[in-house]
Amino acid sequence: MTETDQIQEPGGARAGATPSRRAVLGWGGAGLALGAAAAGGAVAVATGGDERAAGQAAGGAVEFHGAHQAGIATPVQDRLHFAAFDVRTGDRAEFVRLLKDWTAAARRMTAGKAVGDGAYGGLAEAPPDDTGEALGLPPSRLTLTIGFGPSLFGKFGLAGNRPAALADLPKFPGDNLDASRSGGDLCVQACADDPQVAVHAIRNLARIGFGKVAIRWSQLGFGKTSSTTPGSQTPRNLFGFKDGTRNIAGTETGRLERFVWVGEGDGGPDDAWMAGGSYLVARRIRMNIETWDRTSLQEQEDVFGRDKGEGAPAGKAKEHDEPFLKAMKPDAHVRLAHPDANGGITVLRRGYSFTDGTDGLGRLDAGLFFLAYQRDVREGFIPLQRRLAAHDALNEYIQHVGSAVFAIPPGVRDENDWWGRTLLSEEA
Amino acid sequence: MRAVRRTVVTAAATAAALTALTACTAKSDAEDGDAIRVTAADDTCETSAGTVPAGHVTLKIENKGSKATEVEIVFPDDRIVSEKENIGPGTKYTLTAEVKAGSYEIACRPGMKGHGVRQKLTVTGGGTAAKRDPRLDQAVAEYRQYAQDQADGTLPRVETFVKAVEAGDVAAAKKAYAVSRLGWERTEPVAESFGDIDPKVDVREDGLEDGQKWTGWHRLEKALWQDGRIGAEEKALAGRLVTDLKDWQKRVGRAEITPTSMANGAKELLDEVATGKVTGEEDRYAHTDLVDFKGNVEGARKAYELLEPVAAKNDPALTAELDKQFAALETLLDKYRTDKADKTSYEFVSYDKVGKEQRKELSDAVNALAEPLSKLAAAVVVK
Repeated sequence: MTETDQIQEPGGARAGATPSRRAVLGWGGAGLALGAAAAGGAVAVATGGDERAAGQAAGGAVEFHGAHQAGIATPVQDRLHFAAFDVRTGDRAEFVRLLKDWTAAARRMTAGKAVGDGAYGGLAEAPPDDTGEALGLPPSRLTLTIGFGPSLFGKFGLAGNRPAALADLPKFPGDNLDASRSGGDLCVQACADDPQVAVHAIRNLARIGFGKVAIRWSQLGFGKTSSTTPGSQTPRNLFGFKDGTRNIAGTETGRLERFVWVGEGDGGPDDAWMAGGSYLVARRIRMNIETWDRTSLQEQEDVFGRDKGEGAPAGKAKEHDEPFLKAMKPDAHVRLAHPDANGGITVLRRGYSFTDGTDGLGRLDAGLFFLAYQRDVREGFIPLQRRLAAHDALNEYIQHVGSAVFAIPPGVRDENDWWGRTLLSEEA
Repeated sequence: MRAVRRTVVTAAATAAALTALTACTAKSDAEDGDAIRVTAADDTCETSAGTVPAGHVTLKIENKGSKATEVEIVFPDDRIVSEKENIGPGTKYTLTAEVKAGSYEIACRPGMKGHGVRQKLTVTGGGTAAKRDPRLDQAVAEYRQYAQDQADGTLPRVETFVKAVEAGDVAAAKKAYAVSRLGWERTEPVAESFGDIDPKVDVREDGLEDGQKWTGWHRLEKALWQDGRIGAEEKALAGRLVTDLKDWQKRVGRAEITPTSMANGAKELLDEVATGKVTGEEDRYAHTDLVDFKGNVEGARKAYELLEPVAAKNDPALTAELDKQFAALETLLDKYRTDKADKTSYEFVSYDKVGKEQRKELSDAVNALAEPLSKLAAAVVVK
């Protein structure tokens, strides 16, 4: 729920057209050839236009390998399944094996392939490697992004490698955090255009992890609330407003380098493993939907600082018009969150709406699962949220109920690389 | 209690098929001339041939009896090569199987129970029937004995429980309740393979079908813990529990047990823990779920240990992981003993005192064991 400049980029460079899972399965070797095409082909895509048109057909594959993990600056998909895990093993070698197994599975799933030996055709006595519900579905632009929580650095002798930029979040005014929906040693963000593909990915990673890691909490999301693709329709949140109009775009290399990606020299030598990575703040923000819906239009527009129909900043005509902050109420959400009011603080937002049914009192258990990527949590979310938590008019209608922060390691470079190698490899 | 009860039987047929032969129960268009005609009636089972060449064997079955019947090709030790259940009166069915050379029997089982009426079947040529690893035969025999021992050991414990109920002694009955269930819980998949016993002795109130009268342990559990009193009906139900469990004790030795069904049974015991015990649904009035939990784990471990010599050879990484996860789960359960020094006791903390985070920890440990346990069957059949 922060209003910040956002980096926009069609991210087409990552995407290559890939056939459906079924086709890949059927053709056998074709997957390899296409993988190569996707890696090398780096189709340049015209900026502007709809995300799907920009990326490719919604069913395509997003390249898994790269300097940065996919799922951050790549175009935002429609659906989310986000899972936080606790590490259960105390054996570092076993943990590393898991990360390698996960990487192999993620490599296959993001290419639209089944895990391991597939979902059928194997021994009748053994459960299949893959759970099967994504068979026949296209890759659906699935991205899998791993992160390491602060608590992980209390294990495996990693204490010295915890970056200062991975700061514990302070308690903000109004926080009502549920410990069972907060924290985690690891996270995996699965985004896809088909919810079944995203859920399949988390389910299969969790299964591979049994005995080594255990899911601590997870969150489904729909209706992306931010875009990293300029020119595409700005999504609306569950309050009915366009928010995140000026997110960082995936094409804005300069702003990505400045605000999102961890640089070579960031932190000390112990943090060098994070170069090319980022830091993620995840917040489960419950919205008081029913009370909001009883709020007058004027009040709603004042709270956001935008008009509801067009999404234009107060006093302006068009959504993308430069906001004149002084035209807004002092506690308007956009005014407080805008970089100009925050010494330029900018994060890349990638949040989703959620509805987990109702709450037992007949009210929607709904809100925003806020995801923000930044180069340093101390210079991103923390100062931003301090300001919002203290003053934002929106606070009357929202409550932060879950919270987590993760270090997002750099991308997996190639077929031999694995998630977390720069942190955990003994050879590195 | 669980909804699906046929796994052991199904697995038995599958295992037999995989161990020695490839069986196929689909209808076939085989020529009448090659087929063995099997005419089943209520007391007879006539076959048109006693000797056939190895390979594709076809049975043309006709049920001329008044009851539904089941026809099987079985090994001398009763392992099933191929079978067709529920052939109705007056109906026909064609059963085909790939059968290697050896001695078999064709069994007609009118009413689909009992030993049935049998005819010898000799299959010639094409080498001899593949012999199962003798260590697996040994494992099956030992597990069969274990299942019998558990039933035998349960009856005196149940009688103690029942006597307390019949005497109207609520406190004594409560004390005897949980341990009376242990033998059953340890061998639940075998017990459940007799589809008719489980619904009588171990059904929970929400598992009742329309018109089904609630009997068994959990009915008495509710009377003791929730209602806190014993009436005439409870006393009668207690007696019936003994009768039903004696039926189990009598039949358990005839259960179809194969290496695969043992391995799957071990996994199913963990499934029982995952769906019933970790949630606290099994003993929702008595909260003795951890005693059942312990029994399930012990039974799974027994089956695993008997299969381990073969599995360890085929998949040493798997058995190493299973050893580790069994130990981890048992260590975790030990934390819930009321007397932590006594590892032989079955006194555990009341499950309503086990908090949400502790239940999560137990659930994670169950998942950690059940996932590799699901691969045990393959490690036993694969050479």
